Amino acid sequence: MYVAVKGGERAIDNAHAWLAEERRGDTDVAELSYAQIREQLSLAVNRVMAEGSLYDPDLAALAIKQSRGDLIEAIFLIRAYRTTLPRFGYTLPVETGEMACDRRISATFKDAPGGQVLGPTFDYTHRLLDFKLAADGEVPEAPVADPRMEATPHIAEFLQGEDIIEREPSSDAVPGDLTREPMSFPAGRAVRLQSLARGDEGFILGMAYSTQRGYARNHAFVGELRIGTVPVEIEIPELGFAVEIGEVELTECETVNQFKGSKTVPPQFTRGYGLVFGQSERKSIAMALVDRALRWEELGEDNLGAPAQDEEFVLSHADNIQATGFLEHIKLPHYVDFQSELELVRKLRHEAAELAETLAAREAAE
Amino acid sequence: MNTKFSAEERKGWMSLLASADEVRLAELWQEYGADPACEWLRAPEAGGVMVRGRMGGSGASFNLGEMTVTRCALSLEDGTVGHGYVQGRSKAKAGMAAKIDALMQTGAAAGLSTAVLEPLAAERKARKTARAAKAAATKVEFFTMVRGED
Repeated sequence: MYVAVKGGERAIDNAHAWLAEERRGDTDVAELSYAQIREQLSLAVNRVMAEGSLYDPDLAALAIKQSRGDLIEAIFLIRAYRTTLPRFGYTLPVETGEMACDRRISATFKDAPGGQVLGPTFDYTHRLLDFKLAADGEVPEAPVADPRMEATPHIAEFLQGEDIIEREPSSDAVPGDLTREPMSFPAGRAVRLQSLARGDEGFILGMAYSTQRGYARNHAFVGELRIGTVPVEIEIPELGFAVEIGEVELTECETVNQFKGSKTVPPQFTRGYGLVFGQSERKSIAMALVDRALRWEELGEDNLGAPAQDEEFVLSHADNIQATGFLEHIKLPHYVDFQSELELVRKLRHEAAELAETLAAREAAE
Repeated sequence: MNTKFSAEERKGWMSLLASADEVRLAELWQEYGADPACEWLRAPEAGGVMVRGRMGGSGASFNLGEMTVTRCALSLEDGTVGHGYVQGRSKAKAGMAAKIDALMQTGAAAGLSTAVLEPLAAERKARKTARAAKAAATKVEFFTMVRGED
């Protein structure tokens, strides 16, 4: 039997009105502007841009305000907005070697050309709550030194001379785009990287951690981690040349991993790669570890059956919007589904009771 | 109408306009004063472009994620065509960029460059230098501890 149920409109409208009121909170406390969120909660904004897969700090800040700080809800809003934008085209690949670096460190080469530049990092802080921030504190000005304006070379370049690290083959192949074609497996490294770059930070972190704990361990060193801005260029067909259409902040991580060699390749270091919108250091390191783990097949390594080696498992579960969509839908009305389950369980219980009665009667008779 | 300029120069001013702060651009554009009549060839529209990266920073490309861009095209009364391609979703900024792109191809170039582009370029350079100077102050200077007697 199908029963159509209507109703709930008033309850829904009132729930949304209350949501708006709760979002605002105590009106005696000043309202947050999206510009305040953009400037002062910039790492949250970066996460929403990275996982929303749309670089626009103003929109990400607005989404955070609208979602009351629920970042996955904010990412959902950005993903939904993204689908309304006409796609003007694809940019030229950004040249991270040209990055204006705010931060650039290497865990493998102390004396890397360009130096170890810490940038505005949480590293080496004591992780003690700073109660001065609770009061309106004056911000001390950051010290300055002689600026270095030339490009900072990638550290992997220095190892490539001896072929002691694998080369990244360049290619003009058009990379797959999971926003255009549904994902199929094997996905290939380009689609894997796209999926990881927009994947949930927590999930990617967990997968990366699992490789460190021994599930497909790949002995990663952070060869290089850099954060800074790069120009973005696009070919303008009407002009016949490429112009810069803006700048994005990126975090790039390149890992150097042990590799014992294979039948065709002598022992050399291999690489994992992470590239993420914004200042998203944890995510980019995790992405590089998972990228490396997923490369087992092309490097001729054994499949150890580890979750982080399973491309289909990782890519199918990395997207927090897909995941939360499916997870949260089970709280929406399933009255009819449940009604049929209820009927079924009642029937089974009735049958079980009948069977028990029959058996008991037979036993008594014997 | 058209004065001489190279593709490289045009690329330079379009790039500068693309990443300019909108409020500052509007200020300089208003101070410049002239607002020539023009006709839209393509009214400003906001959209997205897919930003690509390279595996390992130097290898094959992959799709990283999108960014917002607003574009438009217009023609001045003398037929000069200007394009605006700017980061973000501001139609007003794209419009200003397209007008400046058109005017930079005309006799107005020198004056416009002095009034709008040069200040923008100087401010961009100052911003980048200030950031690089802060980064430089966080560069680690290693020193070796000598222990014991040689």
